[in-house]
Amino acid sequence: MPNVQIEPPHSDLPREKFEQLSSYIDSLDTARGALIEILHKAQDLFGYLPRDVQLFVARKIGIPAAEVFGVVTFYSYFTTSPKGKHTISVCMGTACFVKGSDEIFQAFKEKLNINSQETTKDGLFTLNNVRCIGACGLAPVVMVDEKVYGKVTLEDVEHIINTYRKEDSI
Amino acid sequence: MKIDSIHTLEKLKEKSFKKVYLRNPNEAIYDDQKDILVCGGTGCIASDSNQLIKNLNLILKARGYDHKVNIIKTGCFGFCEQGPIVKIQPDNIFYVKVVPKDAKDIIDQHIIGGHQVERLLYKNPTNEERIHKHKDIPFYKKQLRIALRNCGRVNPEDIYEYVAFSGYEALGKALAKSPEEVIDLIKKSGLRGRGGGGFPTGLKWQLTRESEGDIKYIICNADEGDPGAFMDRSILEGDPHSIIEAMIIGGYAIGANHGIIYIRAEYPLAVERLNISIKQARELGLLGENIFNSNFNFEINIKYGAGAFVCGEETALINSVEGRRGEPSNKPPYPAQEGYWSRPTCVNNVETFANIPPIILNGPDWFSSIGTKESKGTKVFALAGKINNIGLVEVPMGTTLREIIYDVGGGIHKGHKFKAVQTGGPSGGVITEKDLDTPIDYEHLAEIGSMMGSGGMIVMDETNCMVNISKFYMEFIMDESCGRCTPCRVGTKRMHEYLQKITNGEATMENLDNLEQLAYMIKDGSLCGLGQTAPNPILSTLKYFSDEYISHIKDKVCPTKECKELSTPKNREVQI
Ligand SMILES: Cc1cc2nc3c(=O)[nH]c(=O)nc-3n(C[C@H](O)[C@H](O)[C@H](O)COP(=O)(O)O)c2cc1C
Ligand code: FES
Repeated sequence: MPNVQIEPPHSDLPREKFEQLSSYIDSLDTARGALIEILHKAQDLFGYLPRDVQLFVARKIGIPAAEVFGVVTFYSYFTTSPKGKHTISVCMGTACFVKGSDEIFQAFKEKLNINSQETTKDGLFTLNNVRCIGACGLAPVVMVDEKVYGKVTLEDVEHIINTYRKEDSI
Repeated sequence: MKIDSIHTLEKLKEKSFKKVYLRNPNEAIYDDQKDILVCGGTGCIASDSNQLIKNLNLILKARGYDHKVNIIKTGCFGFCEQGPIVKIQPDNIFYVKVVPKDAKDIIDQHIIGGHQVERLLYKNPTNEERIHKHKDIPFYKKQLRIALRNCGRVNPEDIYEYVAFSGYEALGKALAKSPEEVIDLIKKSGLRGRGGGGFPTGLKWQLTRESEGDIKYIICNADEGDPGAFMDRSILEGDPHSIIEAMIIGGYAIGANHGIIYIRAEYPLAVERLNISIKQARELGLLGENIFNSNFNFEINIKYGAGAFVCGEETALINSVEGRRGEPSNKPPYPAQEGYWSRPTCVNNVETFANIPPIILNGPDWFSSIGTKESKGTKVFALAGKINNIGLVEVPMGTTLREIIYDVGGGIHKGHKFKAVQTGGPSGGVITEKDLDTPIDYEHLAEIGSMMGSGGMIVMDETNCMVNISKFYMEFIMDESCGRCTPCRVGTKRMHEYLQKITNGEATMENLDNLEQLAYMIKDGSLCGLGQTAPNPILSTLKYFSDEYISHIKDKVCPTKECKELSTPKNREVQI
């Protein structure tokens, strides 16, 4: 697409990430229909999609900011708040649900003292629920970052949390 | 090297055959070479199959056997309950629940010593006997793998292995025919869409071909929305080339030069394998210009979803591919008339595509000889829940639910009692004991109040509360309603509130009546399939398990004790 130079906003967000995003957009044949790809890229770079990033994308490809905002809020994959160091995803697919994953999810909420989509105060954990990760044979399933824990019991919950707490304090 | 004719493909096939000859059942083997196939599906990777592969390689090297044995990481074998799976060829020996430290015994005992590792063989649960051969395991006996033919057989990242098993031959054959002949062939086969709707695939191709316009598109729907199913994901991970080949054939038939795969961003492994496959196909000239010297050009690119169930619906999908909110549009116009960028567009499901190459290779009569009168071929199901053999199964249409659950699935988990099975995911309904002998096909499943859906099959036992399960599905739909039409946006919320009240023990019988009325209103008033089918889980559980609802409401008791609020001591006292 034609090179449109847009100054990154004055914010605490790293300037070089805006530059990377900018050159990614320039490398596309066309920005027509590419908003979702661009937002995926932006979320990869920044970890989330703060207002400033959304505005930057809107100005760069020349569409109303409201349209960008509308797309970001529509899709659950996009998040507007920063993620914790580790993301705990409890599978709430049907296969996991019938094997009691809601109790596991509840236990994580209580032990971490946060709700779904929230991050602990120390910034260590974000809690999520996901739908079927394809490991139904191991239901109920919990994923921490990329690592999958299968046949999780209520007793395992504390243990999983502590593994990452310990790792982090070293 | 470019493949420019059937002849060069044949030559490449011959050359590639030495990579896979150990895995061909018809081959007489005279050497001591072995293939060790290790499952690299998501479930088995979660149980450390990657580490197992590393260990196998290390030990092979240390023993100096690495030139005699190949280790192949395949797609899903389907028997996820018993993962990680290892299969040794040409011996046809099937090992289950193999952990990384078992690598030593597999190499030392089996490969070098020539003795099977008894303790890793599958144990028949009925008589405790070990089963040696893959083909003798009851889980596989009633299965017929067409769409899954290459899953657990080839290395999905190697186009030459795909070619060795007749890959891209169907494409060569199709390009030698006229597009109309290809469409005719698919029509004759009786193939119907596997994404849930069951629309005849050949007819859809014909309608798209006949629509006005010189630019057309073909889209592969890999959004797999049913939360508890992983058929499409496993095919994409285990056999990505078959989807690419089928899309080129489809493109040729309808007159499209451009294909798009719309896939969930949450499927990173499938995305990676698709990217590898597209690159390999391009290198061999199977994508690009003048494919097989036929003047036909075709390109594929990948577009990512971003976590919205409704985007599985084809008009919503098209809006999302265009970079917008994935809200459905009114039909007509159908995508076949006006789809992507208002051009005629054909949307097909992953499993539908996976059936195309075998149909072209073996002919429509072969395909239509399998299945029932109205539903031909096979169907893949993700069998899960309270069942012994959780996994991916592919059975001929017309197989009964009882056969799937008891013969293939090995019966109910831990000797519990069967209560119900749900097909069709959040759009389907429950099926009870009395209908278990129903042969599976589109018509019969609809008749008994459920639907084929895309292939989720969740088995429930007597400890599962039916009110709770409909609440689960309703919560899912409520979260996923795109908000475009009021019946669905507001209605699903209300239905969820009623269900919440019932499971909390706060509902009245009047609430139950209202819930049922509301369910029918939403069914009739919603814009797209999501809302229209949303009440199905409630209506079907109400039909078969109304006493369970009433017990929650009148007696304040959850018979299965799954609803916590109704199984605490406080509530029990009230009851006495
Ligand atoms: C709410 C909703 C969700 C759907 N989700 C999917 C899906 O995840 N995958 C799919 O292939 N089809 C899905 N469909 C069906 C598609 O709209 C479409 O019919 C299908 O992709 C056509 O392909 P086929 O003819 O090969 O089945 C869904 C439909 C509705 C109404
Ligand atoms: S439902 Fe949890 S992994 Fe499939």
